[in-house]
Amino acid sequence: MNFETTIGLEVHVELKTNSKMYSPTPVSYGAEPNINTNVIDWGFPGTLPTVNKGAYSYGMMVAIALHADITRHTHFDRKNYFYPDNPKAYQITQSETPLATNGWIEIEVDGKKKKIGIHELHVEEDAGKNQHEDDGYSYVDLNRQGTPLVEIVSEPDIASPEEAYQYLEQLRQIVQFTGASDVKMEEGSMRVDTNLSVRPIGATGFGVKTEIKNLNSFNHVRDGLAFEQKRQVQVLMAGGQVRQETRRWDPAKKETILMRVKEGADDYRYFPEPDLPPVFVSQAWIDDVTAKLPEAPAKRRARYINEWGIPAYDAGVLTLTMEMANFFEATVAAGADPKQASNWLMGEVSGYLNAEHLELKDVALTPAHLAEMIKLIADGTISSKIAKKVFQEIIKNDTDPKAWVEEKGMVQLSDPAKLTPIIDGILDANAQSIEDFKNGKDRAIGFLVGQIMKQTHGKANPKVVNQILMSEIKKR
Amino acid sequence: MISKESVAHVAGLAKLAFTDDELQQYTNQLDEILNMVAQLETVDTTDVPVTTQSIHLENVMREDVAHNDTKIADLLENVPTKKGTLIQVPSIIDKEDD
Amino acid sequence: MTYLKQDLTSVHEALVNGSQTASSLLKATYANIEQVDADVQAFLTLNQEAATKQAAAIDEAGIPADQPFAGVPVGIKDNIVTKDLKTTAASKILGNFMPIYNATVVDKLHAAGAITAGKLNLDEFAMGSSTENSAFQTTKNAWDYTRVPGGSSGGSAAAVASGQVPMALGTDTGGSIRQPAAFNGIVGLKPTYGRVSRWGVIAFASSLDVVGSLTRTVKDAALTLNVIAGHDDKDATTADIPVPDYAAKLGQSIKGMKIGLPSEYLGEGVDPAVAAQVQKAADQFRALGATVETVSLPHTKYAVAAYYIIASSEASSNLQRFDGIRYGFRAEDVKNLEDVYVRSRSEGFGPEVKRRIMLGTFSLSAGFYDAYFKKAAQVRTLISRDFDQVFADYDFIIAPTTPTPAFKIGEKVTDPLTMYMNDILTIPVNLAGLPAVSVPAGFVDGMPVGLQLIGKQFDEATLLQAGDAFEQANDYVDQIPGGAN
Repeated sequence: MNFETTIGLEVHVELKTNSKMYSPTPVSYGAEPNINTNVIDWGFPGTLPTVNKGAYSYGMMVAIALHADITRHTHFDRKNYFYPDNPKAYQITQSETPLATNGWIEIEVDGKKKKIGIHELHVEEDAGKNQHEDDGYSYVDLNRQGTPLVEIVSEPDIASPEEAYQYLEQLRQIVQFTGASDVKMEEGSMRVDTNLSVRPIGATGFGVKTEIKNLNSFNHVRDGLAFEQKRQVQVLMAGGQVRQETRRWDPAKKETILMRVKEGADDYRYFPEPDLPPVFVSQAWIDDVTAKLPEAPAKRRARYINEWGIPAYDAGVLTLTMEMANFFEATVAAGADPKQASNWLMGEVSGYLNAEHLELKDVALTPAHLAEMIKLIADGTISSKIAKKVFQEIIKNDTDPKAWVEEKGMVQLSDPAKLTPIIDGILDANAQSIEDFKNGKDRAIGFLVGQIMKQTHGKANPKVVNQILMSEIKKR
Repeated sequence: MISKESVAHVAGLAKLAFTDDELQQYTNQLDEILNMVAQLETVDTTDVPVTTQSIHLENVMREDVAHNDTKIADLLENVPTKKGTLIQVPSIIDKEDD
Repeated sequence: MTYLKQDLTSVHEALVNGSQTASSLLKATYANIEQVDADVQAFLTLNQEAATKQAAAIDEAGIPADQPFAGVPVGIKDNIVTKDLKTTAASKILGNFMPIYNATVVDKLHAAGAITAGKLNLDEFAMGSSTENSAFQTTKNAWDYTRVPGGSSGGSAAAVASGQVPMALGTDTGGSIRQPAAFNGIVGLKPTYGRVSRWGVIAFASSLDVVGSLTRTVKDAALTLNVIAGHDDKDATTADIPVPDYAAKLGQSIKGMKIGLPSEYLGEGVDPAVAAQVQKAADQFRALGATVETVSLPHTKYAVAAYYIIASSEASSNLQRFDGIRYGFRAEDVKNLEDVYVRSRSEGFGPEVKRRIMLGTFSLSAGFYDAYFKKAAQVRTLISRDFDQVFADYDFIIAPTTPTPAFKIGEKVTDPLTMYMNDILTIPVNLAGLPAVSVPAGFVDGMPVGLQLIGKQFDEATLLQAGDAFEQANDYVDQIPGGAN
């Protein structure tokens, strides 16, 4: 029997706000436990929430970038459940009237393009963190409590673990380019839960789905889903039934492990949040957010290819992160040739960052300096060999490349008025080489250039030297 | 008639425990209240919107500015058991960490 | 110092002309409380030490002539949080709870110079109509110590009616200010929902809870509202509309006003003697130049059912935070997390609170939401529309506050449903978010009864003007309880 796979993904993305979703305390991590909390975050008796408009706007940015329809009349709802990291014992979310619905992401697998639907997006608050220790106790830190999240729920349109991977990669990229979130799996600002079921090809209803939690990377998602897909098929082929379960991915064992069996649906007793008035999203608000939305990666790629003649692969690499794309565009804006800027960013810059385990924002390099350096190469001021030295300097220090090469005496000698007398002198002293050249020994030119370079301490512009040398030699 | 089992299920959701006698008593009382409430069924509410807030406010929101002048020691003052600035609870079992 | 024959104005005069200082007044107030409250048992916690310091500071600064609350001791219902002053909501689960911040209304009263004398008893988490659901003590009706003071603001009403403080704050979710005010022969003002901040008010039902006052006179209610009303950035459900001077229209004629008298509020279940007092009040309003006509609020009979579902549903969620983890009562010898939750809550909450948590949890649970919560929220719309229709033609509505005068302690406590029906005349106002004031309207069998004036949203000024006119036309304010009888 052949089976087909149905996958749905729920992705939580932390929004990059200053303050929390329903409380004015700062959003920041790594601090002393509970230090960034107040009576609201603790759910003290008598406290009330207030909505962070900036968080809502960020949520709208993400929704618009994912081509979703913004819900105009919306309210908040309470989702009730007890857990130590959930101090009110309810989470304020949007259940009945989510932030937006009906979005999509285009992915490409094996050269084929496919649209994956996004069922809905809603804003909500993050929970705190529980730490488990061996002393028989758990410990609660509420610093994360209330951090604004947007949850992005896909349609069950995803048919393979690879499609899931591509969906997540595109989603991460699109969201990152809005500037609304860092979307870093390793830092928890992007979290993925998966639902997967299989069914015999041609069957009408969906199979029983299992959920995988605690996935720390896109590779784990792909591996976990692949394992789960295989496991479910094996269960069914053996005549068994898939149970509705929550499982977790164990990257060491390379398998999913049962966490709990779900008996019926959880009863969260959703109802409208009475402490917060409804939100009406006006067209003006949508327009304002849209105007602030940075250009999406797909549009940027098209522009690089069509307007600047950048190869499609290179355009893809340059738009992997917004930092890189912005840097590239700023370098071009500062006067660099786009193709050269692209080559440097994909070559020397990426190589340096990878070797040093750094990100663009961590180095001293600026688009202005990179553009300046590229211009110095283009106009012959420095050789590409010298340029590598200049690059090492400007990526480490905030140094103006032009001033630096002048100061260090690295400027090429390109002025014919200065080079011609030097070249004539060399020719005068090497009559034999001229003779050899005229007799067809091309190597003689190499010798003469070497002499010129020696006399100019390597600063002569080889291209200009060649031109003058040929014309002077013909005169003899 | 609401069953004792249903009442026990609701108690579970609400994290309340009752003795068998209490459960019977709550079942009887809830049943009586639900019978009174059943009169709502006779009201025609076709196309009637819900009211969940009585005054009609909209878009009451705060700008995204962070501030906090709470002293951590004050927050910890009422905590039954703690360690450092962490709230201590008996070990969480039978549920995933996240 | 008893306040039985005082109001804010007379107390303020004494402070301004120097015949009292804030300190001497406070000392005398506590001396009276010590004596009277031994019987009435309105106060749960006294604030003597901090209050004494505050009074001294006020004396030091002087009493501003334009601040009627400067140096005046007031009582606060114990579901309103007070920094460094124990706040229990009359529940074992908050038995030792020490708030670390003040409710906005408390900050506002303090800023106006008022001194918190102490915290007043209530039904646990404001759930009840007799204050018998307090985990700590049974407060007595100021007129008859064998009778309930009403509830849930029973401590606040009894403290004012017995002359212990001139003003006490209460909260009103389904009648919890107006009903005890009526039972104790004083004035109880429930402002429009959203007129007064709920920041620091321990939530019972968030869409219904309102802070208001219990005072001897309508003028004192107006002066209190002047201080506590207004938008609060910390409470998104407060309206950002200007606060008028609520005392400005007091004493002005109500001639030409149109008053509705709903037939549903005088029907079955309402003591005919109470109904007769309301008819008498209607005649008095006519004599003052107003017209009074019978109107209809046809969905009134569904209000109790809708209310108990909505209020209990919200309460079931609001009270989940009492889980024994961050503050409040944690059961002894708990073995695991589930124990912390279940035992702390089961041992910490009283029976009525558990009953409402159960009803609310049920009403929101899977499979029942549409038939219960949603249906009730739709009926709430119909109840509001009834009022809208009447207010298209009338300035305000008059009705009895309660179907009967105060009942005996223990009489209804074992029968939740009968107790719930006692709130039938006050509940619709909360569902519609309207302002209402209960003013003394005479006596039935020696016990006070209240006349309820119900107004348009944010039109407290008209209610206070009319309530004051009614008060001036009668001498009920001069009649004071004789104590135990």
